[in-house]
Amino acid sequence: MSKLPDADALLPKLAAELKARVTPATAMIGLYTGGAWLAERLHPLLGLKDPLGLMDIAFYRDDYAKEGLKHDPKRTKIPFEVEGRDLLLVDDVLYTGRTVRAAMNELFDYGRPRSIALVVLADRGGRQLPIAAQHVGAQVEVPAGKRLRLKRAANGKLSLELEDAGRAERADNAE
Amino acid sequence: MKLLIKGGRVVDPASGRDEVGDVFISDGKISGKKEKADQTIDAKGLVVAPGLIDLSARLREPGYEYKATLESEMDAAVAGGVTSLACPPDTDPPLDEPGLVDMLRRRAKALARARVYPIGALTVKLAGERLTEMAELAEAGCVAFSQANAPLADTQVLWRAMQYAGTFGFPVWLRAEDRWLAQGGVAHDGEVATRLGLQGIPSFAETIALGTVLQLVRATGTRVHFCRLSTAIGVEMIRAAKKEGLPVSCDVGIHHVHLSEMDLGYYDSHCRLEPPLRSQRDREALAAGLADGTIDCAVSDHTPVDEDQKQMPFAEAEPGATGLELLLPLVLKWGAQKKLPLAKALARVTSDAARVLGVPSGRIETGAPADLVVFDPQQLFRVTPEALKSQGKNTPFLGYELAGRVRTTIVAGSVVYEQA
Amino acid sequence: MPDVPSVQTMPNNPQLNANGELQHLLSIEGLPREILTQILDTAEPFAGVTEREVKKVPLMRGKSVFNLFFEASTRTRTTFEIAAKRLSADVINLNVAVSSQTKGESLLDTVANLSAMQADVFVVRHGSSGAPYLIARHVKPHEHVINAGDGRHAHPTQGLLDLYTIRHYKKDFTRLTVAIVGDVLHSRVARSLIHGLTTLGVPEVRVIGPQTLLPAGVESLGVRVFHDMRAGLKGCDVVVMLRLQNERMNGALLPSAQEFFKHYGLTADKLALAKPDAIVMHPGPMNRGVEIDSPVADGPHSVILPQVTFGIAVRMAVMSIVAGN
Repeated sequence: MSKLPDADALLPKLAAELKARVTPATAMIGLYTGGAWLAERLHPLLGLKDPLGLMDIAFYRDDYAKEGLKHDPKRTKIPFEVEGRDLLLVDDVLYTGRTVRAAMNELFDYGRPRSIALVVLADRGGRQLPIAAQHVGAQVEVPAGKRLRLKRAANGKLSLELEDAGRAERADNAE
Repeated sequence: MKLLIKGGRVVDPASGRDEVGDVFISDGKISGKKEKADQTIDAKGLVVAPGLIDLSARLREPGYEYKATLESEMDAAVAGGVTSLACPPDTDPPLDEPGLVDMLRRRAKALARARVYPIGALTVKLAGERLTEMAELAEAGCVAFSQANAPLADTQVLWRAMQYAGTFGFPVWLRAEDRWLAQGGVAHDGEVATRLGLQGIPSFAETIALGTVLQLVRATGTRVHFCRLSTAIGVEMIRAAKKEGLPVSCDVGIHHVHLSEMDLGYYDSHCRLEPPLRSQRDREALAAGLADGTIDCAVSDHTPVDEDQKQMPFAEAEPGATGLELLLPLVLKWGAQKKLPLAKALARVTSDAARVLGVPSGRIETGAPADLVVFDPQQLFRVTPEALKSQGKNTPFLGYELAGRVRTTIVAGSVVYEQA
Repeated sequence: MPDVPSVQTMPNNPQLNANGELQHLLSIEGLPREILTQILDTAEPFAGVTEREVKKVPLMRGKSVFNLFFEASTRTRTTFEIAAKRLSADVINLNVAVSSQTKGESLLDTVANLSAMQADVFVVRHGSSGAPYLIARHVKPHEHVINAGDGRHAHPTQGLLDLYTIRHYKKDFTRLTVAIVGDVLHSRVARSLIHGLTTLGVPEVRVIGPQTLLPAGVESLGVRVFHDMRAGLKGCDVVVMLRLQNERMNGALLPSAQEFFKHYGLTADKLALAKPDAIVMHPGPMNRGVEIDSPVADGPHSVILPQVTFGIAVRMAVMSIVAGN
């Protein structure tokens, strides 16, 4: 099993890539919870004119019929007009692509962006939908029966960790 | 026909007798002579007691045959060891005409199970306005007169009715409840009704009416039997009235000795009863009053209600519980809780009930009618709709295991029920 | 003699499933604090949805919500309908008050017929206390019952939106003094709110009204009783005014609306006895000049209109939680 990359170490590379594509129309939205932490670190590095948007996809998931409502959905706050914007959608782990599908559906209920680019810290493969990330921190192999999660320590340090994929925990980065 | 009940524990509350022995029956009466029997019933390990006398059981005829019939309810009575029962006048039409009473008695007699003593209506149609022909009704077989659960708010009429009944020496049976204070109420006015949002009937609805009737007893001298006491203060008032020497007696529904408002739970309409189940304190006072004799007897207040009428929101459900087959085990349970000797516990549904009703049964002594029950006080049975012979399956005790199972019931010297 | 247990052989709260999750919302009483908090927390993001231009989320697409109103009510029914539609659910309205009940169809038969039409959620309002419990006992496992008001027993979604409103303006329940004023005897709204406040740890809950309008043993609900409104309002953070219905005058409970207003109506001078930042709430509809006067109803302390908006978010939260369990 390969060692997991250091999350903090991936940030400068991502920031550099993103800075290269920032336009006056660019705005950033982070997906709760891991994507939001990541976006909170990236946003100040890019000199964007609008504050960071934060989104919870709980109401757009495709598994409500099977799983019910996820506990503790947070309030989506997008403090800018979505219409005509170049959006950077930030999430921590890209896996099946279902989270991003839900996020895009939700985004379009706010308005019609000019473009959406997906930014992820880790891509673990295993796509179930035709979704791709434009900016990836690292490709990560995840062993069977495990889940890849972003954790944030009390001092703010971000780290990627593996844990057992159980039903008991509905990870924010769930497929 | 000569019957021998052999080797049972013979319990006769009237005399206090409680010992193993034989009971001889001849020509429908208890016999003093040891004679050769045509039939012997082995009562080893079982209790032999006078058949139960239930002062309130609704047979639903005439008028309510869709709820239950005389056949089914008489089967239920003897299966429960009840050999005599009094039925309230709230049939349809009410028992205010001698012809109806006569028909009921004939029908019951023809079925040859328990003895039926009709209670006649005190007022025409139970409407509380005009007196019934009480003398005619008594001749047709009524042993007392009552309003059942119908109110009699006009105190002038109540007074006259008591005077008239008293003229002939007829007892009047009344459930004390002030019509206005009880109007619209479906539960005891207390914490549970407040939590459940149900309209309550305050305790003083009963005690105010009790006070009124007791005053009228003083004024008329008429014997009054108070039906279905439900309050602690009511028990105290009866105790004081008896001490004063007033000609009063009273009964309590056996459910009210075991259950309280707490048992309503999440709106269990099997607990929708008249009078309502009141507080724990009231329940304890009723259980204690029954033990010390302030309350003369326990009744089943048997009221078959079909499930459709119970599967309704609490306030809309029809009140009443089935009880003929549960009277014995519930009396035994109460007796055990109060640590009473078996004879004393059984007195409340045999000799004491006989005294109130004014009938010669309810005792095991030479010459008395051979109305007997042979039962196993330890045998458990589960209360299920299938186990009940009554058409009324409506009981708060559904699913419970109760102890006290009837093996054989004998009325007038004939076996009318044998446990299969 | 075997020890026969009390009739209460109902070990389960009928509102919770085997996993302790909410499957029906029948009453606030009996719900653990965690579930109340879960509902309030879930209502938060739904409030965000109601503020967007596209006020709809696809969460309950394909689910059916049947409004079963045995008691007519346009207001409540409309808010449930709006909430369900904002969840993309299909909504069917049945004013049963008018149709099958008058034909003598029993409550359970009505529900059984509707079950056959594949309902997911029944929102039930009924004039008899306890009716939703009867329904909940008889629905299929995947069907959920939400009580929209039963007799004088409970109105849990109203209680929840009142709690949400209080939390929104006052944040911390554990430091509050809340007064509920008026006809508590007949009020399902009051009962639900009292249970919610005590469960969430409000240290002082007061009821204020004449003796005729307070139920027997009301203290057992955990409240302090005041008959003097001025004394009862002193130091309050939240004042909840209850609607007074005209029938009460006929039922020998009160002599007149005027006398009631004089002693129990909320006016600015009475409100001045409460804390300076006190909020005024009312479940609606208001009887201006009977329980509350217009300057207060429309004044800076009043949060009566926000209550209505929060009501939609709270109902969206309740529906999506129960229908998903």
